[in-house]
Amino acid sequence: MKKITAAMAGTVLNVLVNVGDEIMAGQEVMMIESMKMEIPVESAAPGKVSEIKVNIGDFVNEADELIILE
Amino acid sequence: MRKILIANRGEIALRIINTCKYLGIETIAVFSDADKDLPYVKEADYAFRIGEPPVQKSYLNSGVILEIATRENADAIHPGYGFLSENATFAREVMENGLIFIGPSPDTIEAMGDKIIARETMKRAGVPVVPGSGGGVSTLEEAIALAEEIGFPVMLKASGGGGGIGMVRCENEQALSKQYDSTKSRAKAYFGSDQVFVEKFIKEARHIEVQIFGDQHGNIVHLFERDCSIQRRHQKVVEEAPSPSLSDQGRARLYQTAISAAKAVDYTNAGTVEFIVDSEENFYFLEMNTRLQVEHPVTESITGLDLVKWQILVASGERLPLLQEEIKASNVAMEFRLYAEDPVTYFPSPGTLTAFHWDVNSRVRVDTGYQEGNTVTPFYDPMIAKIITSGKNREEAIAEARRFFEGLSMVGIKSNVPLFKEILKEEIFLSGDYSTSYLESIKKNAIK
Repeated sequence: MKKITAAMAGTVLNVLVNVGDEIMAGQEVMMIESMKMEIPVESAAPGKVSEIKVNIGDFVNEADELIILE
Repeated sequence: MRKILIANRGEIALRIINTCKYLGIETIAVFSDADKDLPYVKEADYAFRIGEPPVQKSYLNSGVILEIATRENADAIHPGYGFLSENATFAREVMENGLIFIGPSPDTIEAMGDKIIARETMKRAGVPVVPGSGGGVSTLEEAIALAEEIGFPVMLKASGGGGGIGMVRCENEQALSKQYDSTKSRAKAYFGSDQVFVEKFIKEARHIEVQIFGDQHGNIVHLFERDCSIQRRHQKVVEEAPSPSLSDQGRARLYQTAISAAKAVDYTNAGTVEFIVDSEENFYFLEMNTRLQVEHPVTESITGLDLVKWQILVASGERLPLLQEEIKASNVAMEFRLYAEDPVTYFPSPGTLTAFHWDVNSRVRVDTGYQEGNTVTPFYDPMIAKIITSGKNREEAIAEARRFFEGLSMVGIKSNVPLFKEILKEEIFLSGDYSTSYLESIKKNAIK
């Protein structure tokens, strides 16, 4: 199981993938707003999205789990 | 007024406290857990914790802020900029609780906060607006048809947007199609409304704004302009006054138009009318900011006035202290926004300021919310300080800025100081002939 975590605290602006999607390494999966900047979250590894742990508008802290890959 | 609650944080809270001290007014600060060690908390006469770091749980929690203001017998609330400052519901609640809201009327805030209504209001008042959709666009097809009519490139904007967030430039139909849904969902997440509209993108434009002030007796004056064209991601980085490129004729027309815009909404207190100005000095209304602006010190520097003092006087029901012809400007002033960020990628860089000091003999004005040892947390905007320099001409203001940044010691976080050092010797900036695309156009390889 691989996890995608937040590199910085911020607010989830957009979730760009759905459960079941096959994603590639380097693909943008989420957009987080932090300190008035939109910061794309990329997946470090390829995999299939098994769970999305946050909703648009949620506040996340650094290192919080965002997406779980199978 | 004897006691004011400041519903804000950092440098602007401190800025307001300073004027209140000068006027003999007591101050109440509010702070989140992340800000408990910042200087403004100590400088206020009273300070109260309002919650956890995320803004929804602290600085946007109007209920808790109002409760403290009422309990502590505050006479007024100063909202600063950002947070609740342009929230008409909050302004109404403040007044319903028998307190003074230091700002314009809730109706004005509401009308100008919706970019589509603001455009309509200004059009009716004869103020030129950027060509674009009269109202919002409800489908992608409608947006494309309109963009083709006014011509690409266009800006797709959220009607509830502000602060440079929720707008995107689209070069062609393909880009517009690609950006449409994401801009809508972003607007929804950020501003609570997914309404968007389309505006023509003005090339080689300058962003010039006029400071205005109104009192409750129907008097409205302008306090000259500020040129805010040096931006990254539609957010200002350097501002200066006077604008280095406007002709005297263009300047006079701009002031007149700003006054007309203010009169159209019976404006009271401090406000700013923002314009986009093209290379032929055609100008278009962009938006009206119904609050004290971050860059207000530039205007204070050239006029020698204290705008926060004016805000408090006007909110108390007094007349504007000066008539239009009594307001004089001299000198050139520049403001540099010191951000905790990578100077090339602009990625935020929170962390602890292990060193933060500058030449004590410098006569530069430094408005900062932090001191050495404080931590810049990732919860709020990345601005650490505003550096305001001045001189008899641009050359002097620039030389003063160069000396300041050479003598500035800042350790612990990345900042945009290297970018300022580069700009301050860059030919186009020195000539004053720059547009809003300036920062994208200069070479970044020299910046380390």
